[in-house]
Amino acid sequence: MLKHFKNIFLVFAFGMTTLAHAALEIVITEGVDSARPIGVVPFKYIGNGTVPSEISTVIAADLMRSGKFKAVSEEQMPQLPTTDEDVDYDAWVSLGVEAIVVGTITQQPANRYLVKYELIDVLRAQITGGETRMMSNGKLMKSQDHILESRQSVIDSDSFRYYSHQISDVVYEALTGERGAFRTKIAYVIVREEQDKPYQLVVADYDGFNEQVLLRSKEPLMSPAWSPDGNKLAYVTFENRQSQVYIQDIYTGKREKLTSYPGINGAPQFSPDGSQMLVVLSKDKGGATEVYVIDLETRVEKRLTKHRSIDTEPSWHPNGREIVYTSERGGNAQIYKLNLDSGRSRRVTFDGDMNLAGSITPDGKQLVMVNRTLGQYHIAKKEFDSGLFQVLTRTRLDESPSIAPNGSMIIYSTLHNNKQVLALVSMDGRFKARLPVLDGQVKAPAWSPFLQ
Amino acid sequence: MQLNKTLKALLVALPVMTLAACSSSSGDVEGGDSQQTNAASNSNDKVDVNTIDRPKTAEEKLQEKYTQLRQEQIVYFDFDRSTVRSEYVELLQAHADFLVKNPSVKVLVEGHADERGTPEYNIALGESRGKSVAKYLESLGVSDSQISVVSYGEEKPMVKSRTEEAFAKNRRAVLVY
Repeated sequence: MLKHFKNIFLVFAFGMTTLAHAALEIVITEGVDSARPIGVVPFKYIGNGTVPSEISTVIAADLMRSGKFKAVSEEQMPQLPTTDEDVDYDAWVSLGVEAIVVGTITQQPANRYLVKYELIDVLRAQITGGETRMMSNGKLMKSQDHILESRQSVIDSDSFRYYSHQISDVVYEALTGERGAFRTKIAYVIVREEQDKPYQLVVADYDGFNEQVLLRSKEPLMSPAWSPDGNKLAYVTFENRQSQVYIQDIYTGKREKLTSYPGINGAPQFSPDGSQMLVVLSKDKGGATEVYVIDLETRVEKRLTKHRSIDTEPSWHPNGREIVYTSERGGNAQIYKLNLDSGRSRRVTFDGDMNLAGSITPDGKQLVMVNRTLGQYHIAKKEFDSGLFQVLTRTRLDESPSIAPNGSMIIYSTLHNNKQVLALVSMDGRFKARLPVLDGQVKAPAWSPFLQ
Repeated sequence: MQLNKTLKALLVALPVMTLAACSSSSGDVEGGDSQQTNAASNSNDKVDVNTIDRPKTAEEKLQEKYTQLRQEQIVYFDFDRSTVRSEYVELLQAHADFLVKNPSVKVLVEGHADERGTPEYNIALGESRGKSVAKYLESLGVSDSQISVVSYGEEKPMVKSRTEEAFAKNRRAVLVY
């Protein structure tokens, strides 16, 4: 019963002139109809001048982008309440809305603002009339169990987006039982041809805002990968006319060379505990492309694969005891799972012509990959237990899938109007969105771990 | 066999090239005078002396062809393949000939892939293309110390559109001196 509304373009304009050069829109291409309706009411501003940023638009965009919620537009809202006391539950329920977020922003001295908000389950409130009585320690207590969250915080004007994402995390977790990933970041490579150093390694908020360039180079950069503590990125650089793997601290800028062998130095991946790194090297006699693991403390390296054909794209199982990698040992490229204790590899993909770039979801239950079928490259997933295989995307030349730390979404690189852009697809494949088109070719996205 | 042929060709070619170098340099520096003298002794008011071009030796022709071929430094590949197509055999022979005769010259073979497939896979593919070319050059007698290989995978496309033609242009190995 998947009804897809193709090409429904919902454009959110964020009223942030200072960020006019950055992300200004999110284009949802598929799957809005299956999402749960939610009302994010504009927070009332109490103060002088204008509010530094609209918190509610950021929350609405976050929730939409999760693929699980459909935010009611302001014009559709029956009222604009600011606290639970003002809410007409029936009016919201009749719209099909199950929950609403209301709040206020009050100006404080010294460029600070008090933000108060409530998450209200209007369905529950309609049943209880907004108040129930329940026994607690033998006493009858009044309860307002329809108010799922009620919080407040004082923030400064620079923190509006961050705090908005924090509210999104709270709302998302309260309504889905799953941890939100709205305060995460993405690292990616953008190629800005017209610039002197066109290859740029960039970190941005997960929604594309607050882009910060960490490295500019005249030669290609590839394969950024996060350390599990979110402080470092490993990546491949060609700045010395050969590939080399570097690790860079994103806060201090300190760079460290990890490998610089003749041939390929590629595809770094930090282990889940941060102590080891998977890399791909082709230094050995015969020069096959092989997967190695390097102990980051001792720098002792160990070769994990041994085959004349290509072995590449290693990725850790969250248990740290297994990896998946791409190998051509069976003819076409397929994904294999290697148990690091036994040293044994087992092929795990069989669908389509080829499967590449495997990575395992945080719960360890599914494999996400690039699948080639009839010459088309799409993002796909496979459940390990059931063997169920599903192609998730329909865009062109999809590559570099990276899974959100809560396992809800996949970010990947694709082609749109002859330009490499980033796109999102929900893990069930129902929701699809494109991130804003930037001023260059965007590739190799890597979703950060949880950063709090 | 191939090596033997190339060595023989070298033995023949070197004196020819040296001679050619001598005559051309003398022509450049003082040719004006000597040619005039020659012309004066062979031609006068009564007769005009002309010459015809001496037929080029096979080796000279080959060298001209090689020089011509060496203008081209790109070898293209089939989709997802890294074997050198037969049409590039002569081109690579021309480069090998030059490298064998100039052992101090080094060449960098850049391997590239089109954008289909993943970046990491394409790095591996680009490298095997670069290595195919390197191995071919080595089989023609070029020392492995003269050749290095770097793969850029799909990171440095020559043509930036995404048509079949563009992909075909981007699946390449480039010899960089």
